[in-house]
Amino acid sequence: MDPLLSVRNLSVTFDVRKPGSWPWTPPRKLHAVSEVSFDIQPGECLGIVGESGSGKSTIARAVVGTIPSSGGNIFFEGADLARMDARERRVHRRDVQMIFQDPLAALNPRMTVGEIIAEPLITHEPGTPRKEVRKRVSALMERVGLLPNLVNRYPHEFSGGQCQRIGIARALILKPKLIICDEPVSALDVSVQAQVINLLMELQRDMNLSMIFIAHDLSVVKHISDRTLVLYLGRVMETADSHKLTTLPEHPYSQALIASVPIPDPVLEKARSRPILQGELPSPLAPPSGCVFRTRCPKAQASCAGARPNLMDIGGNHLVACPFHEAEHVLAVGA
Amino acid sequence: MALLEIEDLMVTFNTADGDVYAVNGVSFNIDKGETLAIVGESGSGKSQTAFAAMGLLAKNGRASGIARFDGKDLLSMSQREFNKIRSKDMAMIFQDPMTSLNPYLRVSDQMAEVLMLHNGVSKAQAMTEAVRMLDAVRIPDARARVTMYPHEFSGGMRQRIMIAMSLLCQPRLLIADEPTTALDVTVQAQIMQLLGDIRQDFGTAVILITHDLGVVAGFCDRTLVMYGGQIMEEGPTDDIFASPAHPYTSGLLKAVPRLDKDEGELITISGEPPDMSNLPPGCPFSPRCAQVLDKCPVERPGLVTTSDRRRSCHLPAQEVA
Repeated sequence: MDPLLSVRNLSVTFDVRKPGSWPWTPPRKLHAVSEVSFDIQPGECLGIVGESGSGKSTIARAVVGTIPSSGGNIFFEGADLARMDARERRVHRRDVQMIFQDPLAALNPRMTVGEIIAEPLITHEPGTPRKEVRKRVSALMERVGLLPNLVNRYPHEFSGGQCQRIGIARALILKPKLIICDEPVSALDVSVQAQVINLLMELQRDMNLSMIFIAHDLSVVKHISDRTLVLYLGRVMETADSHKLTTLPEHPYSQALIASVPIPDPVLEKARSRPILQGELPSPLAPPSGCVFRTRCPKAQASCAGARPNLMDIGGNHLVACPFHEAEHVLAVGA
Repeated sequence: MALLEIEDLMVTFNTADGDVYAVNGVSFNIDKGETLAIVGESGSGKSQTAFAAMGLLAKNGRASGIARFDGKDLLSMSQREFNKIRSKDMAMIFQDPMTSLNPYLRVSDQMAEVLMLHNGVSKAQAMTEAVRMLDAVRIPDARARVTMYPHEFSGGMRQRIMIAMSLLCQPRLLIADEPTTALDVTVQAQIMQLLGDIRQDFGTAVILITHDLGVVAGFCDRTLVMYGGQIMEEGPTDDIFASPAHPYTSGLLKAVPRLDKDEGELITISGEPPDMSNLPPGCPFSPRCAQVLDKCPVERPGLVTTSDRRRSCHLPAQEVA
């Protein structure tokens, strides 16, 4: 099967000027995303995890097209989004929709819920009769768990969880093929989080949506996504089946990341031996040479500073960017 | 005598939309060197309980009931008296380390101020102590960095500075209000390890306010679960997690996906968090409770103590699913 989305060697760099520098001084390059490749099959959910500053949201924005990529290709159904002009892109834009982190900030406070949900439809299918628009909006509101009679209310009248449902309805009205969720549940309360996760999974299954699910909470990503991609300083460290990745991670960074996730079980949690990753993410303005993780890696060797390790396929669609990779039961108790 | 005693604490805010009852009759004790978790969602009153004890309520807030630290009544204290015990005897760290540090002052000045005020030491002595404490919270190259401004540090480093600052006078009680919520998991693990070490080295009692059940599991002796400004249940952390005695606690535990398990569909708690200005007369959780009884919405269940656990629910403990 051909992948729906195929990202090849995607790089995104930003120009950063030192405050007070001369206008003719060349800006420094901030490499937010470097040579990232991945595929998404129709109906598949890919999770992207990493610390803040690892480039998760930048990938999402590059795929949606709100920031330009500086290298590589983004093939959507075979057509390269990165090389398209604005007019061509607009045709494809309806197939890729996004759900944002802060549910209230993502909704225009001066539009009613009905107007918000209908807006993409009116933009992309301007000829749709008003009655048809109303029908589709109210059917969709019901689908995401909102009462259709709330259609004339404003966003501030809703709770965080309901606002996120409005955001989901807006993303779905054009029947897109790919949904990009950027931290869709991290601003919600624990009890509401589960409702939204269940809703997203249900919709994904029923509508055969492909999904990119970005979150810093590894437990949530594992729960919702088929495959997970681990990002560090804009580079892919490891990608594998979500279950495999969380139970038997191969890359030292994935292992450290999983070891630092607390598990809500006092007996397990107190028995866990956990090597805690020290230090912080290095500056993306001056990434380390060779492997970007080597400055914090417990297994780093002299050779890691030399050539940058390539992503190797170690079988079963499991890719690791570390020559010293070794499977480890990080969650195992007392190990 | 317990270090901090809270009895029947009520916190009310007078707003333009009427009175908001943030905390409704909360009682608990914390002993020397103990760790207590207060778990709850936004609006459960967990932070306001701590603010009332620290004398940090907003101007329109009023606290009643009893709050005693080391036998001293906190609720009748003037700000001047509070200033003598805050940071010296009881200290607090907040969720967002950037907004709780003064951006205009160098870290050295902010830290020295605490010591000069409470211990009456000279600036030079205070600086030495500040550097020593920054070393203790593992800020690399503390001597050189102490003169930097807060914005020159990363989020995790700022939280370390907050912790160092709160420990300068070796308080007997540290209240940590969502200390790691704004941080990455790897940094969260570092900070929680640091808090654990501090508790061992200094014998500080810690109240950890959080919504993250995972953090609680690894850190706290006792757990108190709050909802709608009231205590739902309280007990030893191991027991609460192993056999929750309140539908809300058991619902929360089922609603979070776990890294070590492959669960199917998550079991959710239906509905939305409560409207604090319009709570039902009975149990605040009754509108969302899956095991609600006829009397739950009208009759508020009392807090019943059995051995080392307390719970507030009409449903018998063994019937909680």
